[in-house]
Amino acid sequence: MTALLSLRGVTAFYGAIQALKGVDLDVNEGEIVTLIGANGAGKSTLMMTICGNPRARDGQILYDGADISALPTHLIMRRAIAQSPEGRRIFPRMSVYENLLMGAHGRSAAEAEETMEQVFALFPRMKERATQRGGTLSGGEQQMLAIGRALMSRPRLLLLDEPSLGLAPLVVRQIFSAIRDLNRSTGLTVLLVEQNAFQALRLAHRGYVLVNGAITMAGTGPDLLARPEIRAAYLEGGH
Amino acid sequence: MAYALQQLINGVTLGMIYGLIAVGYTMVYGIIGMINFAHGDVFMVGAFLSLISLVALSALGISSVPLALAITLILAAAIAGLYGWTIERVAYRPLRGSFRLAPLISAIGMSIVLQNFVQVSQGARAKPMPALIPGGWTLMRGEGGFAVQLSWMQIAVVVTTLVILAGFTWLVTRTPLGRAMRACEQDLKMASLLGIATDRTISLTFVIGAMLAAVAGLMFLLYYGVIDFFIGFIAGVKAFTAAVLGGVGSLPGAVLGGLAIGLIETFWSAYFSVQYKDVAAFSILVLVLIFMPTGLLGRADVEKV
Ligand SMILES: Nc1ncnc2c1ncn2[C@@H]1O[C@H](COP(=O)(O)OP(=O)(O)OP(=O)(O)O)[C@@H](O)[C@H]1O
Ligand SMILES: [Mg+2]
Repeated sequence: MTALLSLRGVTAFYGAIQALKGVDLDVNEGEIVTLIGANGAGKSTLMMTICGNPRARDGQILYDGADISALPTHLIMRRAIAQSPEGRRIFPRMSVYENLLMGAHGRSAAEAEETMEQVFALFPRMKERATQRGGTLSGGEQQMLAIGRALMSRPRLLLLDEPSLGLAPLVVRQIFSAIRDLNRSTGLTVLLVEQNAFQALRLAHRGYVLVNGAITMAGTGPDLLARPEIRAAYLEGGH
Repeated sequence: MAYALQQLINGVTLGMIYGLIAVGYTMVYGIIGMINFAHGDVFMVGAFLSLISLVALSALGISSVPLALAITLILAAAIAGLYGWTIERVAYRPLRGSFRLAPLISAIGMSIVLQNFVQVSQGARAKPMPALIPGGWTLMRGEGGFAVQLSWMQIAVVVTTLVILAGFTWLVTRTPLGRAMRACEQDLKMASLLGIATDRTISLTFVIGAMLAAVAGLMFLLYYGVIDFFIGFIAGVKAFTAAVLGGVGSLPGAVLGGLAIGLIETFWSAYFSVQYKDVAAFSILVLVLIFMPTGLLGRADVEKV
């Protein structure tokens, strides 16, 4: 397997605070990889650093064979990378339909409409709410919209930052099974940040554990699930 | 009654001009959260560009007034757009991410630069221009033989402004560029995560705002027939008041605020005192800021200042 995304010794800073301390991580083409870690470990920072904001200070971010760490964010995203970021970041004063169109920025109207039908098939609720303003959606609906918007660009690599946050268990299962289906049917590569470590590790092919800005463990999903230190730190009562 | 109707016509005409300028303030504030103090001076530059263009065109022997106006409109808007682009590039972009007041101070500096530049290159004295579109309609005659006039000039100003605003509304609500502008306005970071070139979108916002200001400059020149290097300050503060009154960040609000300020100023001058007409606008600014900081159509969440 070839790595679609490779991080080598990546560091990132907020002013003087170092949030990433030399991260090495690979995501192979067609894989679902999950990143777990405690609050403040640097998971969201890692996702944003891949997208160039904050920029990696040292190290390399190789995507599809090229170092993208010096590119501006919008040019990184135009390389078929999409992110559904932490906090969802729905455009509050745009309709659901317009939010989705924004995801297809730069693509033709016909392509956008076609992809939108697929997103509607995945999240029928979005079709019902097409004309509603993003800011008035419920939290779960906003999460669906954020994922749908990310899919609108037809990404090769999808970055999902806590897609299950604030959702009912049934909806979480729907979203996870949607991710699995997309991965199986289209070969979509996914890097998934999750608080819900148990479900994430069961879904993912491989996982990494991030502690304090550095990777401390890596392995296949079942492998990590079986480790006692993982069970103790991230899984206790967390089903 | 007739007198009031006349004031209404005058007020609407003036309000349209303020509205055009106010849109530029509100757009820039919406997208990068700064008050572009040099915007009024771009309007002033637009008025001078219009005057120069009209004089040059008549010297070139173009006698058709509509043709000369159309060429002037395009020329002034294009050159003013270049000004807007340059101002953002040299005075604001390098300061992005710096402390909050830095771009504001830079904007005030830019405003002084533009005023001095025009004062030096065009002279400090007021520049008159003969009426290009004389005549009009007499709508009615009121008591005491007072005639209510709707001049061709006013019709031209109002119609042109409405057409430009309609086109602008279409751009913002219906086109990919307009959607990108609104996306940047609502969440700059997310916009970049969707592949939008945010720097370019910000530049374009300045260009479009400057072009609208130049159109306002041409309208002002036609309407008043006299301009000087200082008109940008007064008109700028009034248009800024209009933007605040309408709710900073709201485009329909800017136009509505412009109309309100135009009407208030006109009625104030007609019934109270012409000398203190500018005081009316400034008093409104203060009152609105105290009692209604989000304006008429404003949103509660624009407290970026
Ligand atoms: N914009 C910022 N400015 C300064 N520090 C920041 C900023 N964003 C994050 N940090 C800090 O960087 C560290 C990593 O934050 P990050 O958001 O990446 O954590 P996380 O793993 O995503 O946590 P969570 O599970 O709570 O979402 C934290 O200590 C946080 O306080
Ligand atoms: Mg996070």
